Amino acid sequence: MTSGPAVPERPATEQTAPVEPPAPTEVLGAPEIARALTRIAHEILERNKGGSDVVLLGIPTRGVPLAERLALRLAEVEPGLDAAGLVGTLDVTMHRDDLHRQPPRAIGTTTLPAAGIDGKVVVLVDDVLYSGRTIRAALDAISDIGRPRAVQLAALVDRGHRELPIRPDYVGKNLPTSVHERVHVRVAEIDGDDAVLISQGPTSPEATTAQAAGEASR
Amino acid sequence: MKHLLTTADLSREEAIRILDTAAQMAATQSREIKKLPTLRGRTVVNLFFEDSTRTRISFETAAKRLSADVINFSAKGSSVSKGESLKDTALTLQAMGADAVVIRHQASGAPHTLANAGWVDSAVINAGDGMHQHPTQALLDAYTIRRHLSGARRDATDPTSAPLAGAGVGQDLAGLHVAVVGDVLHSRVARSNVQLLTTLGARVTLVAPPTLVPVGVEAWPCDVSYDLDAVLGDGRPDAVMMLRVQRERMSSSGGGFFPSPLEYTRNYGLDSRRLRLLDDHTIVMHPGPMNRGLEISAEAADSPRAVIVEQVANGVAVRMAVLYLLLAGDVTHEASDKHGVSPKEAGQS
Repeated sequence: MTSGPAVPERPATEQTAPVEPPAPTEVLGAPEIARALTRIAHEILERNKGGSDVVLLGIPTRGVPLAERLALRLAEVEPGLDAAGLVGTLDVTMHRDDLHRQPPRAIGTTTLPAAGIDGKVVVLVDDVLYSGRTIRAALDAISDIGRPRAVQLAALVDRGHRELPIRPDYVGKNLPTSVHERVHVRVAEIDGDDAVLISQGPTSPEATTAQAAGEASR
Repeated sequence: MKHLLTTADLSREEAIRILDTAAQMAATQSREIKKLPTLRGRTVVNLFFEDSTRTRISFETAAKRLSADVINFSAKGSSVSKGESLKDTALTLQAMGADAVVIRHQASGAPHTLANAGWVDSAVINAGDGMHQHPTQALLDAYTIRRHLSGARRDATDPTSAPLAGAGVGQDLAGLHVAVVGDVLHSRVARSNVQLLTTLGARVTLVAPPTLVPVGVEAWPCDVSYDLDAVLGDGRPDAVMMLRVQRERMSSSGGGFFPSPLEYTRNYGLDSRRLRLLDDHTIVMHPGPMNRGLEISAEAADSPRAVIVEQVANGVAVRMAVLYLLLAGDVTHEASDKHGVSPKEAGQS
C-alpha cells in the first residue's frame, strides 16, 4: 500500500499547456469553525469530567488563538473556570526533527498557566494535524517543562497523511486531502477572518495530474 | 548568515533577530530542565589560542544546553605549541567533522582567515581576535541594555527591579546613550560595541585618556571625550560600560600609556562620587574580569545598578542563540525562505 496516490500516464498535450492554479476552496467558514470549537469544548469537559484539571496549550502560531477561544467556551459552560488561567502556549521549534533541513526558524514563546502543568490534563491545540511531527515535538517539549497526568490532542482540521503513530482526541473536521494540496487555516485574531481553505500546492502539471487522480480514486 | 566574524556585518534586522532568539533561549534557562535537543548530533569545537576561561565556559555551556557535542581545544599543551599552523589545525578539525568552530586568537583577523580560506566548511564564530572584534560580547551587552532600558523599562526609576522576562523583544536601542570608558585602544569589546550599538540606533561616547584612543577613531560612528565627569554629568548616559585595564599597561615600564594607576583611577575610574552623578535608571556594565579599585570601585561593582553578573548569564543565552541560528537551519535554503510559506502555514503541522 502506498501512502499517496499513483501518478498515471500524462497525455502529451498537458506537458505544454501552462496550468493555472485554481482559486482556494473554502471548506469551513466562520460559523462552522465556531460550531466545531463549541463541540470540542463540550467533548473536553465530558471526557475529563469537568474542566478543573484541564490546561489548554496552543501551538504557535494559529493554535494559540484557537486554544484561547476553547478556554472561553469551557468557562461559559463551567462558570467556575477562569478562562485566562487555563491557557498557555507551547513553542516546539527547538524540539523539531527537521531543523537541519530548513532555514533557521524564529523561536516562539512558551508561556504556562501560573499553576503549571504538573498533574493536570494537558490538551494540545493546533490548527492542522498532518504528519504528526509537530505533535511529537510538542510531547518532547512538554516533558521538559513538567509532568502532566495526561496529554490529549485537539486539532481544528485533521488532513490525514500521518507519519507517526499519533491520533487526535478531538477533531473539528476530518478533511481527506491529497499530499499536493495545502490547507490554510485563517483565524480572525491573526488573519482578520475565520476560514479553512484548500489550495493546490505545486502548480506543476505532474502535481495537478496526480491531484486529479487522487480525487478520482477517493 | 554562515559565520559570525564581526558586528560590522550585522544588519539591524539580523541583530534584533539574534537578540530576540536570545530572549527565548533565556526563557528556557529558567526551567527545571535546561537542556534542549535542538543541536543533537552537531559538533562544536572551541578552538582557543588565547587563554579565556570565561568565554570558553560560556560557549561550552551554550553548546551543551543545546545538546551539541563540545570539543575543547586549547593551544597550550597542544600541537600548536610544537609549531603547527592554523591551517593544519583547521584541516584536522575539518577531518573530524566539526560543524562549528568557535575561535579565540591573539591575531586580529584569524577567524576571518579560517572562515574564508576554504580550509573548513563549518560555521566560524569569532570569540575574540586580537584587538579587532568580540561580537558575542557586544551582542550580550546589547541584550543586557535592551532588557533593562528599552521600551517601558526606559522610565523605570528603580534599576534594581528585575526586568520582565520578555522585556524589549523586537525592539532596537534607538535613543539610548552608552558611554564606553577605559582602554579603547586595546579593546575589541569597544570596537564591537561601537558598531553594534550604532547599528541598533544607540549613541555611543568613548571616554579614554588620549593615549588610549586609537588612531583613526574619527572615522568611527561615535563621539570621543577625554573627560569622564563631563560625559557622566552632561551626557546623561543610560548605560556606562567600563573596560578592563590590563595591569601590564599601567606604568611607564610596560608601555607607558598613563603615568600611574592612581592617576588613571582619579581620572577614569568609576568611584562612589561618579556613581552619584548617574541618572536613576542608568546601569553599570563591565565585560569582566574586573580590577576592583582601578577602573571600577568595589562600591560601583556591587551597587544595585551594576548588571555585571547578569551579563555573564546573558552571555550563555546569546551564545545559544548564535549557535542555534548558525547551526540549526540549512543555510543553503535561506534564500527561498524569503518568498516561501512557512511549513506551518503550508499545513505541515
